[in-house]
Amino acid sequence: MAVQAVELRGIDKWFGDVHANRDVSIAVRAGTIHGIVGENGAGKSTLMGILYGYHHADRGEMLVRGRPAAFRSAQDALAAGIGMVHQHFMLVEPFTVLENVVLGVEGGFRLRAGMARARAELARLGREYHLEVDPDARVADLGVGQRQRVEILKALYRGADLLILDEPTAVLTPQEADHLFEILRALRRQGKTVLLITHKLREIREVTDVVTVMRQGRVVATLPTAETTPEGLAELMVGRAVALRVDKAPRRPGEPLLEVTDLVVEDGLGVERVKGVSFSVRRGEIVGVAGVAGNGQSELLEALAGMRPVRSGRIRFKSHDLDGSEPRDVRRLGVGHVPEDRQRLGLVIPFVARESAILGYQREARYNGAILLRRAALASSWAKQAAEYDIRPGNGLLPTSAFSGGNQQKIVLARELDRNPDLLLVGQPTRGVDIGAIEFIHRRLVALRDADRGVLVVSVELDEILALADRILVMHDGRLVGDVPQENATEQTLGLMMAGVPAGPSSG
Amino acid sequence: MTASAPTRSRPGWLAPALLPALNLVLALALSAVVIVLVGENPVRALRLLVAGAFGDGEAIGYTLYYATSFIFTGLAVAVAFHGGLFNIGAEGQAYIAGLGVALLCLGAERWPAVLVIPAAIVVAAAFGAGWAFVPGWLQASRGSHVVITTIMFNFIASALMTHLLVNVLIKPGQQSPETREFTPNTWLPQLHDVARALGLDIGRSPLNLSLLFALGAGALVWLYLWHTRWGYELRALGHNETAAVYAGIAPARLIIVAMSISGALAGLVALNEVMGVQHRLLINFTGGAGYVGIAVALMGRNHPVGIVLSAILFGALYQGGSELAFDMPKLTRDMVVVIQGLIILVCGALEHALRRPVAALVQRV
Repeated sequence: MAVQAVELRGIDKWFGDVHANRDVSIAVRAGTIHGIVGENGAGKSTLMGILYGYHHADRGEMLVRGRPAAFRSAQDALAAGIGMVHQHFMLVEPFTVLENVVLGVEGGFRLRAGMARARAELARLGREYHLEVDPDARVADLGVGQRQRVEILKALYRGADLLILDEPTAVLTPQEADHLFEILRALRRQGKTVLLITHKLREIREVTDVVTVMRQGRVVATLPTAETTPEGLAELMVGRAVALRVDKAPRRPGEPLLEVTDLVVEDGLGVERVKGVSFSVRRGEIVGVAGVAGNGQSELLEALAGMRPVRSGRIRFKSHDLDGSEPRDVRRLGVGHVPEDRQRLGLVIPFVARESAILGYQREARYNGAILLRRAALASSWAKQAAEYDIRPGNGLLPTSAFSGGNQQKIVLARELDRNPDLLLVGQPTRGVDIGAIEFIHRRLVALRDADRGVLVVSVELDEILALADRILVMHDGRLVGDVPQENATEQTLGLMMAGVPAGPSSG
Repeated sequence: MTASAPTRSRPGWLAPALLPALNLVLALALSAVVIVLVGENPVRALRLLVAGAFGDGEAIGYTLYYATSFIFTGLAVAVAFHGGLFNIGAEGQAYIAGLGVALLCLGAERWPAVLVIPAAIVVAAAFGAGWAFVPGWLQASRGSHVVITTIMFNFIASALMTHLLVNVLIKPGQQSPETREFTPNTWLPQLHDVARALGLDIGRSPLNLSLLFALGAGALVWLYLWHTRWGYELRALGHNETAAVYAGIAPARLIIVAMSISGALAGLVALNEVMGVQHRLLINFTGGAGYVGIAVALMGRNHPVGIVLSAILFGALYQGGSELAFDMPKLTRDMVVVIQGLIILVCGALEHALRRPVAALVQRV
């Protein structure tokens, strides 16, 4: 029998009232790429935390290469040859790649000798695993894909045999993701083991050998990837059949609703993030804005919603000028806004759910008496939205923090759609949302379009843009580099535009 | 998802009730160590403290009199805190409000009491609010941190009041820097007088009508914070400023409003001290109530009910503490302050230290 790089047996983990892992057993064979899929809150991250020494299992045991192990910290895990590449990089930006790699393992009091050794080792690792990065480049100057390679190098330099990657492609273009998969395959060839946590089924199918599906803290299946289908995996994750495609009628765009001309927006530090953008959104269409995170989409969305001052340019909505408007004015004119980051913008997490469910509309007459808020109106409004959008739990007096990501998103969506807005601005509609809820949210957005409203969707998930949008704008470095009808869009063409390669004449 | 996971029950009263009680016990245990170290009997000390604070009508009256000021300042700190602001300046705001109340009372010799009292409430609140408005405005417009500016405003208030009392308001022909006594029509009724009129003897104490004002203020603060759109917006701002902007709230304006309300509440301390007890304006009449208010708000979890309860606890410590210093010569006034400090440390700063072990214990049982 082949060696198990790591084996978990009967792991149980509670966080307060939440049973995050229930009797989880997983065996990861050495020299394989093992995928773990599951919805948010299925217990994937908890399990990885236990494996990496962040959490302690309440019950169960862990074996590393056949020997029992108990980690009290990440150092213990590293010493046992387990390395982690976090979703959010843990790099010191002003340091060079080399300095980041040796940080914490400088090898003695004097830097020079250790650095020389590290430089040689880095060159070797780069050759063997397709991980070439300039060791003297400052991390601050590197792109996201390169930074991720630095993270992988860090783990390898510390002698990791088993590499855990947590949602590694969330911030990558499709091309960068492909390169990452090449690296993972190279690692496997050299006998390393990779544990890939993701919620993207495509990645699982493309790169893993074996896949474990988790649901509600349990392992529901472990299968050779070759025997799976996307539909089958989705069904295992959600526990019921799921439609992975969005069914929608052909678009029938009407009059223009929103017209943006030469819009320039700065961030808080005065750096131009949106550099002269022009486009329009018509009634009855969903316009998608694709792009790698950090290319100005967030600033664009916030400027349209009135949250960010407009440096120059024009925003016209129906017959009103929106540039220079406050969020309250924008809302009153019939623009709904589902922000990109619901925890930072869209909700007040410590508020009880029904308070969060009126955020932005707290001054509406229906919620207010002469002086006091009308609790009954809050309660009935919540009851209606919770029922209509299947928000669970349905108790509006629970703090917003007690709701899962998908249900939090439904609270925001229900609130913004409840006013039947003419234009809905949506940022990352399904970030951190389960597959089951994704289907629901997509259907709602399409229904809004079919009711002859306009929808502007910003998403870094290309699959989502391709599934939802009737027309796709591609943003790169603050500029629109493409305007592609859905029929002509493919992942390849969009991916190239996202990387800044301008569209050829044929791609539209 | 996790929402459908079976849950193990944790009693809802654990956080609000059991933890503060346990923290208090821990604080008393630490105090006992201190008392043993100075060579006194901690059990006897505790008994003296409790008797001093609650032993008879007079003791209770004094305890509640102290608590009255602490309720006002605790509420002041809490309102600012719900807006994400740390108002350290309740002391100065109360002090300046004393000036306003004194000026009113000195000038209202011929006014009927029914007119003086509402006017004094307005003036106390207005002076306190004015003194807090400036730091609020500086925070909103210039980003000057209220923690710094309110502390500085305490010093300014102190210097200003000393100057006024020594040079301007002092009663001619006397040494101590205080105004002349107000005419009795401006005095707030004291409880023992009311009780005597009803034929009851409850012992003399400075407890006066302003306790009812304090409880009323607590109720209004509760309504404001949790039952009005303004309180809603204030709490949204305090929890998450970006979400508040998203919700159409202008943070700058709300910061100024919140600081002003906070200052107004602090200003009401002047009713208790100046109109209720001293009947004149004197140096440092606030006696640190503004700072105690921070601890009261912390321990009361910034909720009016918690603030009233913790204000009574601190009132008891003040009153019982001075009795203790009187009966146990080795426990000087300073030692009593040390014990009060320990209680603030454990109940305020270490508020959550016991949370985990207790939660684990409760779940196991």
